[in-house]
Amino acid sequence: MLKYIVKRILMGVLTAFIVATLTFFIMNLVPGGPFLSEKAVTPQAQAAMEAKYGLDKPLFMQYLTYMGDLLHGNMGLSIKKRGFTVTDIIGNKFPVSARLGGLAVLVAVMIGVPLGSVAAYRRGKTLDNIIIVFSTAGIAIPSFLTSTLMMYFLSVKLKLLPSLGLDSPQSYIMPVIALSLYPTCYIARLMRSSMLDVIGQDYMRTARAKGVGTFKAIFKHALRNAILPVVTYLGPLLAALMTGSFIIEKIFTIPGLGHEFVSAIPSRDYPLIMGTTIFLACFIIMMNVIVDIAYAFIDPRIKLK
Amino acid sequence: MKKSIALLLTTALLASTVLSGCGGGGAASTGDAGSAETGAAADAGGAGASGTAAAGGTQLDVQVGPSPETIDPALNSAVDGANMILHAFEGLLKFDKDNNVVPGVAESYDVSDDGITWTFHLRDGLKWSDGSDLTAEDFVYSWKRVANPETAAPYGYDLLNYVKGYDEAEAGNVDALAVSAPDAKTFVVELNSPCVYFDKICAFAVMVPVQKATIEANGEAWTTNPDTYITDGPYLMTEYTDGAQIVFQKNPNYWDAGSITFDTIVWHLIEDANAAYAAYQNGDISMIKDVPTEEIPSLEGNSEFYVEPIMGTYYVTFNTQKEPFDNPKVREALSLAIDRDYVANTIMQGTFLPAKNFVGPGVSDEAPGSSFEEETTKKYGDHFDTTNYDADLQKAKDLLAEAGYPNGEGFPEFAYLTNDAGYHKPVAEYLQSAWSELGLTMTVNIQEWKTVTADRRNGNFDVARNGWVYDWDDPSNMINLLETGNGNNDGKYSSPEFDKAVDDARKTTDLKEHYTKLHEAEQIILKDAAMAPVAYYNDFWLQKDNLKGTWHSPYGYWYFMYGSLE
Repeated sequence: MLKYIVKRILMGVLTAFIVATLTFFIMNLVPGGPFLSEKAVTPQAQAAMEAKYGLDKPLFMQYLTYMGDLLHGNMGLSIKKRGFTVTDIIGNKFPVSARLGGLAVLVAVMIGVPLGSVAAYRRGKTLDNIIIVFSTAGIAIPSFLTSTLMMYFLSVKLKLLPSLGLDSPQSYIMPVIALSLYPTCYIARLMRSSMLDVIGQDYMRTARAKGVGTFKAIFKHALRNAILPVVTYLGPLLAALMTGSFIIEKIFTIPGLGHEFVSAIPSRDYPLIMGTTIFLACFIIMMNVIVDIAYAFIDPRIKLK
Repeated sequence: MKKSIALLLTTALLASTVLSGCGGGGAASTGDAGSAETGAAADAGGAGASGTAAAGGTQLDVQVGPSPETIDPALNSAVDGANMILHAFEGLLKFDKDNNVVPGVAESYDVSDDGITWTFHLRDGLKWSDGSDLTAEDFVYSWKRVANPETAAPYGYDLLNYVKGYDEAEAGNVDALAVSAPDAKTFVVELNSPCVYFDKICAFAVMVPVQKATIEANGEAWTTNPDTYITDGPYLMTEYTDGAQIVFQKNPNYWDAGSITFDTIVWHLIEDANAAYAAYQNGDISMIKDVPTEEIPSLEGNSEFYVEPIMGTYYVTFNTQKEPFDNPKVREALSLAIDRDYVANTIMQGTFLPAKNFVGPGVSDEAPGSSFEEETTKKYGDHFDTTNYDADLQKAKDLLAEAGYPNGEGFPEFAYLTNDAGYHKPVAEYLQSAWSELGLTMTVNIQEWKTVTADRRNGNFDVARNGWVYDWDDPSNMINLLETGNGNNDGKYSSPEFDKAVDDARKTTDLKEHYTKLHEAEQIILKDAAMAPVAYYNDFWLQKDNLKGTWHSPYGYWYFMYGSLE
């Protein structure tokens, strides 16, 4: 087990290194640069700025310098957010996104799992149909639409919820709903199909024959086996939601990390592109390792090697 | 038993990640200066949006743009940043409601007869927001900082190249810059050659004083923390949450604090126009700059919807080094075939004005309160008759025939380079159809913004979208773009006659001659169709009817400090 974890972490470091290297060179291949603006700056100012951020050196030297700094935990200064280091930006904004994304995943699991289980149990009945329609719609409707509709009705028309920021508990409601709708529905569908598999198995029939009640049969005996696909999905889901959503953050004016991932690219903020990409890569790798370990606990038949 | 523990693990995994998120937020407040604000903001926030200023007094909530790139005066080159800087700092001179230059922290100034030496006399008892004294030495430090290559100020050259010793300063010998402080209340600047609009440059946001002590102690991060953002103007900063809001509080140490009305200004850093509009509609914000363009038709005639000119022109650049665009007749034909009234009022929904010349409204002429464009109309007549498009179109067809392409025959297929933002794409599609009227085939080449800028600057285009918003109120700021060798002369237009007129205007000490030469220069580039002006920029915004006493200047700045909510 320990050996497996160490191996996974080493693999993760290698993956992160490859991601960092590829990102560095691809990013520099794209035309334009951080100091290119609609108004031409003088060659002197351009040269001064390039010298300041080390962009005047040959690309390979820049790469070596960056990787060297990275090993010392220094991700450099943001070029487009003057005065902030990349570490500052991630340190300030990740907690905001993580809190919001974590809540959304929690909501998705709390609602999606029971919904899927119930649908499976009531297969072909009205309740199942309703859940199927709901979850299909939830997957099909993009989050910007639900956000905008909620914003229009709940904030602008009824003035029930604040439209900006995350200052109060109420202000979490709309972003969390918008973020969790898709995963809730996806989990419900995953849960339904895997639950249907499990319900049909012999041990379930035995349990029912021995007089175990419906609720207990589903939630105690079937759930354990049926939840595995959901756990697999949780790794990437946690990584995706906790690192922030560009769209949701933009619509609700949330100072999260998702915005930085996207806006760093058109502004060619090289240190910030590198920092956010490496951070995301490491986070996804970490979440996948955690999920793998969780797997072994949930299903003792799975041996980690 | 073991099984239920296993089951709990999944939930624990979720819960722990959520909690670690919260923990991170808490930890940030004990961290370094930069992240301290986030912790504080997360707890103390809400005051902004809900309008309950804990400190009491009047509060104004506005949106003038998303998070600014910087609010360090020397490093700023953006309008939204300048808006905030002008509420926090005051330079030697400033602009009043009518866009005239008036005294700022300098009570008065004298200019020597040769126009070279400018002497500013500072007011008595000037103080920084931290209570320390503001002296002429602070200006010496601040101006040298702008010139210092290590600061890498984007506007350093544009603003200070008039000052003697700038070239040396830029090369590293900062002390060569001819700015001095003979005593604590006198600041002297020596210029290379006379500059008739140097007073306007002194009122520019980059030229305000900044405090040496805080910058030396905190480096570039001095602007990101309320404790270290020391100002000398109407407001000081009390909160900075990147991506959410910046809060300004009245600065009790400002010399004219008595005239400042709002105790607090909250700058909501909203990026999405629809989000800004929602916050405006539910009353959280009293003024928003980013109005969703799809709402504009329904807002016309609404007393809360404002459209006012800013100094700037949307134009089309021809690659004058490339056939057939090296032929002025071809350029003029393409230019005349544009129905400017239709573009400005229909495609751009009236948020722009049709361009009649190159220099538009908001730019002054010689006399105080005069308009350069009105003088052009009086002296030369408008170059484009925006009321009679059919005549212009006929002229365009004739010119194209004279150039050797009757009905567009033999004219090579060409591309129009633009990015997809604002009205750029609809305008490109319009141009495609307008030029097809001449029998020409144009393809629209949409690229990402940075690519457009790079390609355009490198001459890698046929025809491209272009635009300019003035830095200061002098027509030379835009006319000079067509000068040989200018870094923004993307079409590489070159005319010795034009270059001479522009150079004469630059070097004269006589205000009248300055403007006369610039009028001549503008006529040269219009006749030569060095570019095709399309429309003049406006600012459009929403402002609640009860917000009074604020104003908007042709620079694109809002002045909120003297306003009130009634």
